Amino acid sequence: MKKTTWIWWGLALAWVGCLLGLPWIGVEAIRPQDILSGSPEAQVFWSLRVPRLLAGMLAGSTLGMAGMAMQALFRNPLAEPFTLGTASGASLGACFYLWTGWSFGFLGLSGQTWFAFAGALLSLGLVYGFSQLAGRARTETLLLAGVAGGIFFSSLILLLQYLADQVHSLRMLRWLMGSLEVVGYWELLQAAPLALLGSGLILALRFELNLLAAGEDLAVARGLDLPRVKLLLLAGVGVMVGTVVALTGPVGFVGLMVPHICRQLLGPDHRRLAWAVLLLGMSFLPACDAVARVLLAPAELPVGVITALLGGPFFLWVLTRNRP
Amino acid sequence: MMLDVRNLTVSVPGRRLLDSVSFSVAAGERFAIIGPNGAGKSTLLKVLCRILPQPAEAVRWQGQLSSGLAQKDLARWVAYVPQALAHTEEFAVREFVLMGRYPHLSPFSNPRRRDWEAVDQALAATGMEAFSGRTLATLSGGELQKVVLAAALAQEARVLLLDEPTAHLDPFQQDQIYALLESAHSRQNLTLLEVTHDVNRAALGHDRILGLRDGRVAFLGTPEELMRPEALREIYGKRFLLAPHPNLNRLVVLPEGGREAT
Repeated sequence: MKKTTWIWWGLALAWVGCLLGLPWIGVEAIRPQDILSGSPEAQVFWSLRVPRLLAGMLAGSTLGMAGMAMQALFRNPLAEPFTLGTASGASLGACFYLWTGWSFGFLGLSGQTWFAFAGALLSLGLVYGFSQLAGRARTETLLLAGVAGGIFFSSLILLLQYLADQVHSLRMLRWLMGSLEVVGYWELLQAAPLALLGSGLILALRFELNLLAAGEDLAVARGLDLPRVKLLLLAGVGVMVGTVVALTGPVGFVGLMVPHICRQLLGPDHRRLAWAVLLLGMSFLPACDAVARVLLAPAELPVGVITALLGGPFFLWVLTRNRP
Repeated sequence: MMLDVRNLTVSVPGRRLLDSVSFSVAAGERFAIIGPNGAGKSTLLKVLCRILPQPAEAVRWQGQLSSGLAQKDLARWVAYVPQALAHTEEFAVREFVLMGRYPHLSPFSNPRRRDWEAVDQALAATGMEAFSGRTLATLSGGELQKVVLAAALAQEARVLLLDEPTAHLDPFQQDQIYALLESAHSRQNLTLLEVTHDVNRAALGHDRILGLRDGRVAFLGTPEELMRPEALREIYGKRFLLAPHPNLNRLVVLPEGGREAT
């Protein structure tokens, strides 16, 4: 068998392994015969662990796809939704919602989702508008504007935390760590269509991503409608990040690690890479979450802590590897 | 005329890059663009394929207004070979050449058999079939340039814009690239617009030459008209030493020569 065939089998098996294996991992031991009874264990299994696994799969694949798109768009291996400030924007929106203490839903989406959307799109709009003002939307300009925007939004979040009373401040802090814990089926059902739509858009633009990765000038000369494709990608990433951040809080570095591992395995062609990122993202984040659940058992760590602990060194590794 | 450029003026704040440049290129013509550094040669190529913004009424392809074309339609008229590639090392040769097929793909669809055939033909035309599975990072400068050329040929455009296609190549590799261009030109009646710093190459390898200086047209004519001291001084602002070529009935530029050997 060819090497790539083995890799595809490995990715698929890892995913199936996560799907079948991870719900059994946790503080409470659950036996297979329990899950179809009406026992408390079955309750834990079906209403806590399974939705948590599904949330991890959705968030992992969505963040991976968003990161992959950003890396091609900015032609920077370190770009991911968080670099662009989109995640900080979404977090600011969600934190603002928590700060107000409001509780509402609209069109089947929670208020937190709407505010995360608003934050994500606001930050994207600001970054994009700024780069347009600064001339043609050059990639470096966009990236730097994203970093600046991210820092600005993070400061505003700190301000909100300072202004909030202790209960709300603690809620924000817990939420900002990024966790799959609070998620139930209903929240999943709200988030899934938009997240999948975003991933679908990026899959559809896989050839365009190849062109972008090979350089903007050449991409335009080969017929790429740069402003339109950029706008589509930015809007898609905005919706994806807003959705995921509202669901789980900002879980960092997944959008960096998953695409990079896939690129190491299968090369840079997005016609393959996109599918691999979907598959690996669906295994990677749930696996990190399983580690978070058992590492300090019976205490459960937020998964964002695990991905950050992995992601920091990974970031540095990519940074040194890409130095000429 | 394949290409008509009328009063093309391009400015960036504080500087005029191209100043009412007008010229025409016939179908199948080999057209050289020369001039000192900063004269606007590369800018001209980039404006023609709209990498840089193109003024609305200035450029026509066989009479058709360029600015009215969708970017994909324009890419079926004209392909571009850049001066240097960046950050493409990890792509395989075949994947990179396939990217040239983009203007022929329908939205969201996969490449079809016709596209892979065009890729194979382009690889064969450049003698790079044996390299198709290699990544670009493993290629030498000459091999890389052939792959970039192959990608442009796979685009199956009628006009090829070449920005110093042999810069940084040794004389042997230069000859190979020129031979490839010549065969593509004669086989497909390609129109070639080539930016070069080599005055002899411009005169011996092309039908007509455009000389730019400070964004203006300083010369437009045949190789015979170019190879006169006044014409060359008009373009470069320096004196050239001209002498008859021993085998061709042509004048060529000679190096001024350093210290004479004793």
